[in-house]
Amino acid sequence: MENNVVQPQAESVVTVKNRRIRGIKRSAFSLPYLALSIIFVVVPLFIMVYYAFTDGFEGGMTGANFAHFFSRPNILAVLGKSLLVALLTTVICFLLAYPVALALSSPMLNKKFVLVMLFVLPMWINSLLRTYAVKIVLYLLNISNAWVSVTVGMVYDFFPFMLLPLYSVVSGMDKSLIEASQDLGASPIKTLFKVRLPLSMPGIVSGALMVFMPTVSTFAISDVLGDTSTYMFGNIINQWFANSGGWNIGSAYSFLLLILIAVTVFVANKITGGHTEVGGVL
Amino acid sequence: MATITREKFDNIIEIKNVTKVFDGITAVDNVNLAVRRGEFVTLLGPSGCGKTTLLRMIAGFEMPTSGSIFLEKQDVTTVPPHLRPINTVFQKYALFPHLNVFKNIAFGLKLKRIPTGELDKKGRPIYRKFTKDEIAEKVERVLKLVNLEAYGHRGITGLSGGQQQRVAIARAIVCEPKVLLLDEPLGALDLKMRKEMQSELAAMHKNIGITFIYVTHDQEEALTMSDKVVVMTDGAVQQYGTPKKIYDEPANAFVADFIGESNILSGVMKKDFLVEFCGTEFKCMDKGFGKDEKVDLVVRPEDIAINAKSGALKGEVVSTVFKGTYYEMEIMTGDYQFTVQNTVEFTPGQTVWLSVEPDGIHIMKKLKTVNEYVGEIISENTVRLCGGDFEFMPGETVYERGDEVKVKIPFDKIELTDDETDGVIGANVTQTLYKGSYYQVQVYTDDDNDFFIDTVDEWDIGDRVGIRIDPKDLTVEKTANEGGAVADTVADTEVWDGE
Amino acid sequence: MSKNVKNGLIWAFVGVMLAFMYIPIIILIVFSFTDAKALGVWEGFSFELYRDLFTNASILGAFKNSMILALVSALLATALGTTAAIGIFHMRKWKKSAANFVANITMENAEIVTGVTFMMFFLALRLPYGWVTLIIAHTMITTPYVILSVTPKLSQLNPNLYEAGLDLGASPMRSMFTVIIPQLIPGMISGFVMAFALSLDDFIVSKFVNGSVETIPVYLYNALAKRGADPTLRALSSLLFVVILAILVALNVVSAKRRKKT
Repeated sequence: MENNVVQPQAESVVTVKNRRIRGIKRSAFSLPYLALSIIFVVVPLFIMVYYAFTDGFEGGMTGANFAHFFSRPNILAVLGKSLLVALLTTVICFLLAYPVALALSSPMLNKKFVLVMLFVLPMWINSLLRTYAVKIVLYLLNISNAWVSVTVGMVYDFFPFMLLPLYSVVSGMDKSLIEASQDLGASPIKTLFKVRLPLSMPGIVSGALMVFMPTVSTFAISDVLGDTSTYMFGNIINQWFANSGGWNIGSAYSFLLLILIAVTVFVANKITGGHTEVGGVL
Repeated sequence: MATITREKFDNIIEIKNVTKVFDGITAVDNVNLAVRRGEFVTLLGPSGCGKTTLLRMIAGFEMPTSGSIFLEKQDVTTVPPHLRPINTVFQKYALFPHLNVFKNIAFGLKLKRIPTGELDKKGRPIYRKFTKDEIAEKVERVLKLVNLEAYGHRGITGLSGGQQQRVAIARAIVCEPKVLLLDEPLGALDLKMRKEMQSELAAMHKNIGITFIYVTHDQEEALTMSDKVVVMTDGAVQQYGTPKKIYDEPANAFVADFIGESNILSGVMKKDFLVEFCGTEFKCMDKGFGKDEKVDLVVRPEDIAINAKSGALKGEVVSTVFKGTYYEMEIMTGDYQFTVQNTVEFTPGQTVWLSVEPDGIHIMKKLKTVNEYVGEIISENTVRLCGGDFEFMPGETVYERGDEVKVKIPFDKIELTDDETDGVIGANVTQTLYKGSYYQVQVYTDDDNDFFIDTVDEWDIGDRVGIRIDPKDLTVEKTANEGGAVADTVADTEVWDGE
Repeated sequence: MSKNVKNGLIWAFVGVMLAFMYIPIIILIVFSFTDAKALGVWEGFSFELYRDLFTNASILGAFKNSMILALVSALLATALGTTAAIGIFHMRKWKKSAANFVANITMENAEIVTGVTFMMFFLALRLPYGWVTLIIAHTMITTPYVILSVTPKLSQLNPNLYEAGLDLGASPMRSMFTVIIPQLIPGMISGFVMAFALSLDDFIVSKFVNGSVETIPVYLYNALAKRGADPTLRALSSLLFVVILAILVALNVVSAKRRKKT
């Protein structure tokens, strides 16, 4: 586009091609936010890394905080249990949510906007409130096993986060692909496994991320529903930061959690080629 | 439509009285159709005519509301699509994006069970799957057939539209279906690609010998590719026949209008083999009409001879457009403007003579020229019909208030008004068809009745109009079965049915 | 399987799942109408817990704090997020990727990690925990969601719109504010609503930087995890459930109606 527009006022010449406004690039609009982000988000991350590699008492560089983590079998066990519970929660959520997503997208329930809304709404209710509601139900059902309670609470809390991306990918699927599969001789069950599930992959990965990552790092659900035996990785970090002497070890643990998250997101992006499906919430 | 069902022994598909209603809207209306083995049959019609719905019922994606579909004499009406030996090439290909070209094509083969020829202990045939090698061989062969030999490992998203199209065809024919359904498969391609694929598809049909049922709204595509064409509108079959027959002898004005360029006129049969239109008598090849019966007739633009010196009709050239190999000219003769195609150019303003050979004129029966309704007498000169009170000229018969009567109004005696309040009742224009010197307009009244009107004015579909009738043009008759219940509307869509 | 049986099964399954999601909430609401101290015990119908709720100074104070914090941080996030979205949208190549990466950090990071980094950073700055730190933290964690809701509106804009404004004689700033911004308002509103809701919801980040300022979620966490179940919580939770659900249903119905019209 070569149409340089000359303003009636002689002093303000605007070159559209360079996307400038009175000499300011339009991209410069992002500077306030980016500057604040660097100050309040990026720099603090480096502070955390600094803490993680320094000795709390003498201030020297040390790897002891990480050694602390890897030398304690009980803490490694907490991490292992956290990952296991998170995985279990993710799988259960998926097994419950996928049929719901299929049902909500079936021709019979299609356009039942109210139903979809009912399933997604609890997402917007504070997870503490929902956890509290689960606590009462578990009490009434006389379920006292801490692990069962925590898992049920997590499934209940994170179910909508699994359902939403699944519903969005399943309901948006090109119907003619399903017809093509049946046309080529695949029964509805075969179509589910050979076409619908593989095509739902972006939604499955998004849903898994949205359930798995918060479950690894949460501490509130275990605090409300479990006991010290059900400590998740998040609880351990929370504990170290509760007293000022534990910040270095806490930082090291946080750093490890950060790496775990980065790896998970990276793997997820590799699986879906960067196309994850989140969909509108409201 | 009794003419459609032919020799039964080799019909691969038979559709019997099939109707499909979606949410109260009839998409396919009592269709009967038989497709012979090995034929290339095209379902042709404007969008929304029901052709795709019919195809989807053959594939099994939709179940008819009533009627049955037979495949090789077996009733398959309720058989789910995955159990029908029928495959489809979808409108937008519907290739699986998570599989490469090879796996897309192998999809159906992997699911297929073939008889081993042996029987188990109970005497039932034993089935097996194709082996990996068999699948690879079949896929390679079909890839060769669609000219995509080296593309097996490619992903779907990187392919061009034409290549995706070929994969879609390969995926369907590799399963060796009894019938291949193609739902507007070339609609998404550009013109040049479309032409290429048309001839390739036709050649493929010859080579592999599978029955093709092809859906399109492109009449040229239908005429050039198919053995038989089914022209549909409003969910009903208008005509079924070879492309030549449909072009040369359209069953009714709708088919004539939809297929190719045509001059559609209204005329009068003077006697067998003689028809009068534009104030001139022409020899024709049709007989069996009543004396002075009003008829519709079609004259194709290329069947009109044009000449500067002499002929049957005198006219003046209005416009001339060069169309590559011929000139298309508009010739005004008295009250009808003919479209004429000729290799010789005549310039606008020039006086010319037109003539038509007997085999260039195709005569179609006009089913009705009069609207018939059942009305109720309100007073000695007022009758209530279709929700409005119309005046009429009282004749010798005296009617009592409340009498049920038959009311007749000729198509050309109804006046449409711009302002609906000027008319006795209001209506919407639902269809218009140019018939030469006038338009035939169909309107739908607020109380769900159809009126047909012949008028010189042009109306657009959707126009809101008023209906007015001169009292002298309204004929009131006693109903045959006095006081009995009679269907309230007699004039209906059959107006365009031919033969 | 006949179609009716299949449809019946689908309905039954959907019904069971809805029950799974709503029965705990309903039970909680039911038990908010009895003043029994212990959980899950019915001691007759009473409004006692609700009366306690509205006379509990710390709950009322937490509620006021939550609303002020959500309003201030959502307004800041909307302003920051909208300008950031415009800026990032007009960036190219690596700059765009880098900016998006920065904006994604708080969304993808575990909230607990975000929380502790804020806590350590504010300590390093010698900034006392309280209103200022809460507002900064909430603004930073909600702004990316505003960017997420504004960006789609930017890509829907006709790229010639801004030029058209200039062509018709508007100054560049004027063109931006009279032509571009009005087109973004729907995205800004949903971004604001989202930021407001997220701020109201947060307790993980808040609990690390709140100092003595207690918000409703922080109050809830402290009450549930530390103080042990205070019966008033049942009334508070029920009330919050009903109010939030009512607001959400109303919002959804309005937007569904609007969608139908267009």
